[in-house]
Amino acid sequence: MPWHVRPGPAPASTCCTVALAGNPNTGKSTVFNALTGLGQHTGNWPGKTVVVAEGTYTHCGMTYRVIDLPGTYSLLAASPEEEVARDFICFGGGNATVVVTDATCLERNLNLVLQIMEITPRVVVCLNLMDEARRKGISVDVDRLSSELGVPVVPTVARTGHGLPALMDTIASVASGRLATRPLRVTYSPEVEALVADIEPRLSAVMAEVAPGISPRWVALRLIDGDPGLIEAISERVNRQWSQDTRPRSAARSVAARSGIPA
Amino acid sequence: MNRMAGWQFLDLVEAAREAGSKMPGDVRDLMVTRIYEVAGAICQKTVRRATRPARDWDTRLDDILTSRLLGYPIMLALLGVVFWITLAGANVPSRLLGAALFWGQDRLLDLFSWAGAPSWLTGVVVMGAYRSLAWVVSVMLPPMAIFFPCFALLEDLGYLPRVAFNLDAFFKRAGTHGKQALTMCMGFGCNAAGVVSCRIIDSPRERLIAILTNNFVPCNGRFPTLIAMAAMFFGAGLQSAAALSLLGTVLLGIAVTLGVSWVLSRSLLRGIPSFFVLELPPYRKPQVIRVIVRSFLDRALFVLVRAATVAVPAGALTWILGNSMVRGASLLAHVAGFLEPFGQLIGLDGHVLAAFLLGLPANEIVIPILVMEYSSAGAMVDLGGLETLRELLVSNGWTPLTAVCLILFSLLHYPCATTLWTIWHETRSARWTAVAALLPLAVACVACFLAASAGRFLCAG
Repeated sequence: MPWHVRPGPAPASTCCTVALAGNPNTGKSTVFNALTGLGQHTGNWPGKTVVVAEGTYTHCGMTYRVIDLPGTYSLLAASPEEEVARDFICFGGGNATVVVTDATCLERNLNLVLQIMEITPRVVVCLNLMDEARRKGISVDVDRLSSELGVPVVPTVARTGHGLPALMDTIASVASGRLATRPLRVTYSPEVEALVADIEPRLSAVMAEVAPGISPRWVALRLIDGDPGLIEAISERVNRQWSQDTRPRSAARSVAARSGIPA
Repeated sequence: MNRMAGWQFLDLVEAAREAGSKMPGDVRDLMVTRIYEVAGAICQKTVRRATRPARDWDTRLDDILTSRLLGYPIMLALLGVVFWITLAGANVPSRLLGAALFWGQDRLLDLFSWAGAPSWLTGVVVMGAYRSLAWVVSVMLPPMAIFFPCFALLEDLGYLPRVAFNLDAFFKRAGTHGKQALTMCMGFGCNAAGVVSCRIIDSPRERLIAILTNNFVPCNGRFPTLIAMAAMFFGAGLQSAAALSLLGTVLLGIAVTLGVSWVLSRSLLRGIPSFFVLELPPYRKPQVIRVIVRSFLDRALFVLVRAATVAVPAGALTWILGNSMVRGASLLAHVAGFLEPFGQLIGLDGHVLAAFLLGLPANEIVIPILVMEYSSAGAMVDLGGLETLRELLVSNGWTPLTAVCLILFSLLHYPCATTLWTIWHETRSARWTAVAALLPLAVACVACFLAASAGRFLCAG
């Protein structure tokens, strides 16, 4: 059955949208299944050949719509999976993003966590596969990790359902804004930081209209490293806003043309 | 949008791009390196590792399962065991279901005659639609309910990526992508799903090869046909013999996949295979109950519902074709008669080819259609189990050679309509969709012709 995930705000007022991101093989689908049970569908992302699953669960009277994003190692390279994941986190209007990580190889997984925290502060880290980590003699200081990252970290064993009630509670707190996060900011070389300091304030005005909720700092960083995919995605949104006004199309097209992208 | 803000954005894009390109070194690489540094620093503070043996048990298990010596035998043995479980386990429930559903057919007949329904209505509804539905359910449901969960368990254990690892060398020699081993495995479930899964292959050339050859592994729609043939003509009461012939069929399908890929990568789709990294995920204890429930709901019932929705109209249509008389013979007999010489040439007959044509919507219904073709003209047969089916086929001139040719044709012929539609959807090309239909058909005809000729030569000699 063809079925599409519509990026956009959740339909009902008592409904929150939660994106589920993570590296491949971290048990992300197990977390998704454990959260949503049998209430799920799979569908294609419109215009992209990537399969996305969506499901819902209820917690304390609120309905949560969970989007199982494709498993990716980063959000920087240009594979279709990474694009879908990045675009949903940026423009999907989610209330929180859960990053499922593998406790047995945390270092590689943190790469994605740090990248997502650059985009949105509303992040919950789900430290999954705790049983495997224990079996391999790996222990993680969860409180320390949480305070280092500045976002909540919930240890889970999704296979047995261990830690899932806590995960749901934490998602609820972050999505509603009751729990304010203070995500760690990765600082780059002084040259980059100087440039960001110059661009970021000027970007804020535009981004507030085009994609509220994305950090202007992150967009500034992507502009500096010349991420064509993201510039295209934002240009598209600028175009859309412009065509709602009475502006001629040529001006809209020039956004893409001037940023070096074929319209 | 505020006009000023829009232009401001444009200027910013340009300014940032210019400034970024003036920076020393690759800006993105430097940023990624920095992120990794931070991640490493955090891990140093939060993760502690007990000293552990250099090689733990899953590395040792990988050494065995992917070894040069034992990798293939273990793979074959596991596949053989899954087939054996399917054949041995499906027998009894299949017979019970068949008996129950054909008891229902008799009751339906009673009901229709009590209501005084015209004979054509009874024919279309009971003898056409209901009977093919009953056949599909009784023959397909038990094997699927066993085969799918078994396969899903292997998947959940983490064994399938090892299969891809083992087969990678073959696919590389065939000039294609190693991930084709994974898409091929998906094809065992459903070729349409297999074709969709080819998206994991990045290179367009190799993706196209994987799509075009996906059909050469038997999907679930065709497994019941193959299982029934193996059980009837090669089992002789021995499940292990039937399982072995089924294993041989699957191996032949894999060999043809590799062969056709090899030819394609040296003719129509020339190129060099690209490299890829295959992560071997850790072995995990499968969640047995969840896997069984999900694979039953998602796959077995899905395929069954699809087969049933196609079987009902196809059954009715076949009955109508089989009972509409034109110039002294039924329409179906005319079609079968027209196809007969060609069918005989490749070791089959006109009825079989007609059944494959009518079965284009779904391969599941080829055997039910064939049964209707053979039985609609003659006396009504009670199809309680495989033994009666075998008698019906033998009385229509079938030999083990016919069964071999039917297995070959079913294994190699064009994919079902759903798969073809999916191929069109994935390639957006009518030309490649046509290739995907005609290439397997040609392969199937050649293989059947060779098998039939060889069989006749051996029998004559």
